Amino acid sequence: MKVLRYLVPMALLAAVVAFLGVGLGLNPREVPSPLIGKPAPAFKLARLDDATQTISREDLLGQVWMLNVWASWCAPCREEHPLVIDIARRQLVAVYGLNYKDQVPAAKNWLAGLGNPYRATLVDSDGRVGIDYGVYGVPETFIVDRQGVIRFKHTGPLTPDVLRTRIEPLLKELQRAG
Amino acid sequence: MRAERGLRRALRRQVLVLVPLVLLVSLWAASLVHAKEAAPASADPALEARVMRVANELRCLVCQNETIAASNADLAVDLRNQVREMLRQGRSEREVFDYMTARYGDFVLYRPPLKSSTVPLWFGPPVLLAVSLVGLWWMLRRRNRLPPEQFENDPIGDANDTPGPARERAGGGDTR
Repeated sequence: MKVLRYLVPMALLAAVVAFLGVGLGLNPREVPSPLIGKPAPAFKLARLDDATQTISREDLLGQVWMLNVWASWCAPCREEHPLVIDIARRQLVAVYGLNYKDQVPAAKNWLAGLGNPYRATLVDSDGRVGIDYGVYGVPETFIVDRQGVIRFKHTGPLTPDVLRTRIEPLLKELQRAG
Repeated sequence: MRAERGLRRALRRQVLVLVPLVLLVSLWAASLVHAKEAAPASADPALEARVMRVANELRCLVCQNETIAASNADLAVDLRNQVREMLRQGRSEREVFDYMTARYGDFVLYRPPLKSSTVPLWFGPPVLLAVSLVGLWWMLRRRNRLPPEQFENDPIGDANDTPGPARERAGGGDTR
């Protein structure tokens, strides 16, 4: 009985510390997207390289594709860019860019300087499509399956770890599913 | 010497009062600064009031502890415009909230809806409070019923309850 008097408060304290510890480890920036498992929102946007041509969501159906949201004013985009280039070079998935709230000349310069991994970059100058995709911190990356359903979202710069542990297994699964 | 010491003590007491007061006033001033919201962008004051009311219920995802009414982040400005446009089109406030949650999740709502995943959020604190109050009541009642001899055996109680002469002297002889 005497032991219990010390053990119970100790256990309570341990529980509180455990909760606080887990809470501190969480990243408040990682807000779960309600779009996972939902059809990718529709869009019809001009291409960065040729403003007379547009690409819509329907044009991309039937393939697994990645949407990488970026902007020339976004410093972390620069940081993740080599990884996006790597994904495109290894042909893991069809990579499309969404140029979010940017100036066309600045965006073109950025790609010319850092390399262009995108099959096409869509110009979202007023950020409307960004809002539809729930974009709140560039860069963001989405993976959409053949049926046009969003399967994955990553907020913030991609890391080799996320690519290896999350994206690559998912792409394998989606591409096998046919 | 004695007068000087008294003065110093009075000063010390004043500082003790002043410091929290200054802190409180500066906090209040800071809240005033933050309460200033972005200037309305349309001429219709009734619409603007509705936009601000809705925007005050929505969290800015860029600066997570601000509403999109208070924030000047780019995204907050865009979302305010979106709210304004939807309301101008005659859509209801409910529809605006649905639009936002469809894109950003329940996290955008400052008042999250009551559903299975938010039950701990809504009822956790009251339950915790009730449990601790019951625990406190139970403990106090148990102590109340203990015969007085029981308390003398408690070494912690001894140190606090019987101020020895040594402690008296230490407390009174403040020569700083």
